[in-house]
Amino acid sequence: MWKYFAPLVIFGLLVLLLMSGLGKDPSRLPSPLIEKPAPQFDLPSLTRPGETLGTADFDGVALVNVWATWCVGCRQEHGFLMELAESGAIPIYGLNWRDDRTEALRFLDTLGDPYVDSAYDGDGRVGIDWGVYGAPETFLIGKDGTVLYKHLGPLNWPLWQEFFVPHLESEGVTQ
Amino acid sequence: MRLMTAVMALILFSTSAYAIDTEEAFDDPELQARYEKIIDEVRCLKCQNQTIKDSNAFLASDLRREIRRMLEEGMTDAEIYGFLVDRYGDFALYNPRASGKTLVLWIVPAVLLLLGGLALANIVRRRVAMPIDGDEGDTN
Repeated sequence: MWKYFAPLVIFGLLVLLLMSGLGKDPSRLPSPLIEKPAPQFDLPSLTRPGETLGTADFDGVALVNVWATWCVGCRQEHGFLMELAESGAIPIYGLNWRDDRTEALRFLDTLGDPYVDSAYDGDGRVGIDWGVYGAPETFLIGKDGTVLYKHLGPLNWPLWQEFFVPHLESEGVTQ
Repeated sequence: MRLMTAVMALILFSTSAYAIDTEEAFDDPELQARYEKIIDEVRCLKCQNQTIKDSNAFLASDLRREIRRMLEEGMTDAEIYGFLVDRYGDFALYNPRASGKTLVLWIVPAVLLLLGGLALANIVRRRVAMPIDGDEGDTN
């Protein structure tokens, strides 16, 4: 009996295994930084010439948004970031990654600047430390400086509610 | 005719000239060999299924630059792979390390091979024990 059913059972198990992979997007990689201290950096400020912006400037929970002018998704989420900044829910720090300084400043001039400040990572060194592989990426940093969550791709209010708000609530930050 | 052959040969072998990495080679050939081995084993995260040796995405060139720097600083291969895994996860390596979550990748093929071997041995043993058709007719 087993002889006839074995192939069927093996086939069934294989179907289950393969089906579990169907919904997954292979371009969304889990970050090994989650629940680890945010990698330290100190970079030139994008908007304040001669000054720097670094992890030492974070005060409490912070959002680190990796953006660039060449990144289409960053334009998509810009409106949301403006609204989020206006709501005062959380300070947003920009990491201007692999970008042209003049272009970046023009981008903020035209579309508005939701960031407390942006750090200018022209050669992508800090991007590598943060495991960045494609903008936009957004990191949620907890009060104690650990990475709570990393989001890939453009943000909007529903995504914010679903993925960020629960972390903020557990940090004791109310909306 | 000979000229034609020469031109054809040149075209045939010209693909190796389209190298992506345009950086100058290390002075030390041993360091260069290690560098080439490493960049052939690191995945370009932006352009998956390419190594950073094959990709001209800027993330790949950034990673090549970092690997170059680490080699110059005298870091070992294991330290360099560790640097990448700490930032990008095990997925960054084409030849994942045999530890933790990736251990299953190393064990499963061996287990499957063993099971296949056992099944094969079983089948062969049974076949050997079977009488060969027509044997009885020939025993006169």
